[in-house]
Amino acid sequence: MATKLNAVDVLIVGLGWTGGIIAKELASTKLKIVALERGGPRDTNPDFIDPQIHDELRYAARHDLMQNVRRETITFRNSESQTALPMRQLGSFLPGQGVGGAGVHWNGVTWRWLEWDHQARTRTVDKYGEKIIPSDMHLQDWPITYDDLEPYYDKFEKTCGTSGKAGNINGRKIDGGNIFEGSRKDEYPNPPMIAAQSMVMFEKAARNLGYHPFPNPSSNASRDYVNPDGVAFGQCHYCGFCERFGCEANAKASPHFTVIPLAVKNPNFELRTNSIVLKVNLDSTRKKAVSVTYLDARGREFEQPADLIVLSAYALGNVNLLLHSGIGEPYDPATGKGVVGRNYAYQCGGGATAFFDKKTILNRFMGAGALGTCMDDFNGDNYDFVKAGYIGGGGISCSNSGARPIQSHPTPRGTPRWGSDWKKAVVDNYDHAASVGNQGAVMAYRQNYLSLDPTYTDVFGRPLMRMTFNFQDNEIKQMNAQADICVTLAKEMGATKIDRNVPPVPYSIVPYQSTHNTGGAVFGADPSTSVLNKYLQVWDVPNLFVTGACVFPQNAGKNPTGPVGALAYWAVDAIKNQYLKNPGPLVDT
Amino acid sequence: MSTRDKSQGDVGRRDFLKLFGVAGAAASTLPLGGSASANETVAPAIGKPRHHGTDAAKSHAGDWGYEFFNVDESGFIEAAVDTLIPSDSTGPGAKELGVANYIDRQMAGGYGKGDRLYLEGPFGEGTPEQGYQLPMTPSELIRAGIADVSVYVQKNHKSTFDGLSAKDRAAVIADLDGKKIELPTVPTATFFGLLLQLTIEGYFADPMYGGNKDRAAWKMIGFPGAGAMYMDEIEPFRNKPYTAEPKGIQDLI
Repeated sequence: MATKLNAVDVLIVGLGWTGGIIAKELASTKLKIVALERGGPRDTNPDFIDPQIHDELRYAARHDLMQNVRRETITFRNSESQTALPMRQLGSFLPGQGVGGAGVHWNGVTWRWLEWDHQARTRTVDKYGEKIIPSDMHLQDWPITYDDLEPYYDKFEKTCGTSGKAGNINGRKIDGGNIFEGSRKDEYPNPPMIAAQSMVMFEKAARNLGYHPFPNPSSNASRDYVNPDGVAFGQCHYCGFCERFGCEANAKASPHFTVIPLAVKNPNFELRTNSIVLKVNLDSTRKKAVSVTYLDARGREFEQPADLIVLSAYALGNVNLLLHSGIGEPYDPATGKGVVGRNYAYQCGGGATAFFDKKTILNRFMGAGALGTCMDDFNGDNYDFVKAGYIGGGGISCSNSGARPIQSHPTPRGTPRWGSDWKKAVVDNYDHAASVGNQGAVMAYRQNYLSLDPTYTDVFGRPLMRMTFNFQDNEIKQMNAQADICVTLAKEMGATKIDRNVPPVPYSIVPYQSTHNTGGAVFGADPSTSVLNKYLQVWDVPNLFVTGACVFPQNAGKNPTGPVGALAYWAVDAIKNQYLKNPGPLVDT
Repeated sequence: MSTRDKSQGDVGRRDFLKLFGVAGAAASTLPLGGSASANETVAPAIGKPRHHGTDAAKSHAGDWGYEFFNVDESGFIEAAVDTLIPSDSTGPGAKELGVANYIDRQMAGGYGKGDRLYLEGPFGEGTPEQGYQLPMTPSELIRAGIADVSVYVQKNHKSTFDGLSAKDRAAVIADLDGKKIELPTVPTATFFGLLLQLTIEGYFADPMYGGNKDRAAWKMIGFPGAGAMYMDEIEPFRNKPYTAEPKGIQDLI
C-alpha cells in the first residue's frame, strides 16, 4: 500500500540533461520541486576521478554507468510475425542510470540538427512531391522550425561550452565550418578541438573530393571555460576515456556538474535518488495527472502528488511510463490509430575501416569523445533524394575518440579471430587504422513501434515494453550508399586496405550500434499523429510534459543531445512564461 | 611450438597418465556435462601434481589461486587461453599474463553470477537478432561448456584438453570456432564466443583484474594505459611515434 506524501508543485521524473535543465530553470519560481531519479547520486569527485575512471573493463565492457537490465529491460522482435524475447543483456544501445543519466557517459557531440530535420515532410514534398515518400513511412514535420529553436540551441551550446566552428552566421557561409547548417546568431562558445592525425588526413581527402569537412561540434571543452551560469569547465585532456565514462576534468559537459548542482542549491528543490517511478496516476476525468507512484531504495511504495509533472527519463523510459499509466492512446499498427509508441526510430551506421601502412602513425589513444571531423554533404536534404533513391542521409565523419584495446583492436577482414596470426594482425594494425563512419538517419514506419509485452515483466511486476523494429529498404539503400562514399574517402586518405562495413540486416539487438533511440512520444501539430504539442505538453493531459529524444518524429543523421537540450530550454520557457500563469493547454486541439 | 608445449607440467601430466594408465578410466567416469562431480572422486589424485607440484605452478597463474574453477577446469582454461593467444615471437601469451586467473575472478564475481542479466522466463531460442536467451549466467555457461568440451576431447582423443599437444588443442579450438563440434549442453558458438571474449578482455584489461601482467599486452601494441593526458602531445605527435611506459591504475595511485 502506497504511503501518500504531501503534494508538491512540480515533480520531475529522471534527472539527466532535460530534468536538470528544467529543475534549474524553475528554481526562480519559488515553487516546491521534487526530482525522482531511479539510480544513485554521483559526483566528479570521487566517482570519476583519474586514474580509476580510466578503466575500460569496468565502464566500457561491463557498463558500470548504464541501466541494469536485471531489474527492467525491454523485449524485442524484428517484426509482428515474431514473438518478442527479452533483451537479456545490454548491446545495441546503452541507456544511462543515476544522477546525470546518459549525459554523464555521452561523447559530447552537440549538434544543431539541419533545417530539413525540423521540416522533413514539407521540405521533401516541396522539392520532390508526395510520391517519393514510401507508403509505410511516417514522415512528419516538427511543430516548430529550426529558427524557432535557434536561441535555445545557442543557450544549450553555451551551457555545454561547445567547441566548434560556425559555418553559417546570419546567413553568411563560412569556409571551415558546416556550410549546410541553419543560420546561427553566434559563433560557438569555444574554438574547435585540436585535430588528431586521422582527422587531418580525412579533412584533406574530403576537400580533394570536393566535399565540405568541418570539426565536430564538441562539448569536450577545448580550453578552460566558465559558462553563463558561472560553472567552470576544465580543458579536455584528450585522455581517450570519454564515451561510457565520466570525465575527471569536468571538460565534457554533463548535467551532474552544470545544471543539477544549480537546481540543488534551490532550497525549494529536493532530489530523491534510488527512486523508481512505476506510473503516473490520473484523476477520474483522465485529463489531469495527480501524482506518481514510486518505490524507494527499500522497496517502499509512495504516492507523490504534484500539480505539474515532467517526464524526463531516457527516451524509452518515458514511453514506458506513458504506456504503463494509460496516458494517450497506444499505437496500433493494424489500424494506424493511436499515438503512444508510434514512430520509434533509430540510426544506421557502417562505413569503412581504413588500414594504413606502418609509416602512418595515428596515436589513436590520444582522443576525446567528440573529437572528429565531419561532413554533411550527404546528410539531411543536402543531396538529391531522387538520384540517391533514399530519404534522409547521414553525417560522415572520422572520429578519434580513443583506442582502448579491449574494444578497439582493428584487424582486416579475413584475419583469424584468435591464435598467433590474430595477434600479429592486432600488433600490425593497432595504431595504423582509422574509421570513416556514417551516422545514418532512420525514418519512422508504420511497422516500427513500441508497445507493452504480453508475456514478460520487470522485477516490479509491470509488463516489459516491447520494441518491434527493423531496418527498411530506404535505410538499407542509404547505409550501403553511404558505406560506398566512406570507402572512397578511405581510399583518398591513402589506405592500403579497406573494409567496407554495414550494420547487420535484419537489425540486431546484439552488437553496439548507437544510443540514439528516438520517437514513441512525438511532438507535432496534429493530435492524431503526436502525443505532445509543440511545447512538449501532453495533448490529453495538460499538466504533464515529456522531454527527450522520444519527441522526435523521425531520427536524423546526427547525435540527438543538441536538440534534446535545446527543446528542454524551449519547453521550460513555455512552462514558466505561459503555463504557470495560466495552467491549461498551451495549444488548442 | 609454444612454451606451454615444452613445459614440464604438460609432459609430466601426460607421462603420469600414461604411466598409471588412468586416462581412459578417468574419462569413462566423467558424466555428461558434469565434470564437477567427477573431480571429487577422480581429480585430486592426478590434479594436485599438475597444478601445485610442478614448475608450471610457479607461473603467474599460480600466484593467485583459483576461486571459481576446480582443478580440472583451471587446467582446461589455462590450456584454452594459451591456445587462443599463444606465446610467440610477436608477444606474450594469455596464459603467462594471468588471463586464466582473470577469467576465474570474473566467473567468481558479479559478472559471472549474472548481476546485470535479465534471467526471467519463459525461455525461448529466438532469432540471432534477439541475442542471448539462455537461462544461464556466464559462470554457469562456462562451467557447462568446459564439461561438454572435456567429454568431447576424452571421447575423441582419450585425453583431457590440457593434455593434448598444442597442435591438437588448436584443432579442437578451430572446430569449436567453426561450429564443427556440437556440444550437448550449451550452444557451441555461445560458449566459444564467451570464452574468446573473456580471453581478449583479460589480455587487454587493466592488470589489477589479474591478466595483462606487467602491462605486457599494452606494451606489445603501444597502448599507454591509464595515465592518459595528451592535450600537449596530440598536435606535436601527429604522425610521430609516441612511446611511453604504460601505466596501470594501481601504478598511478
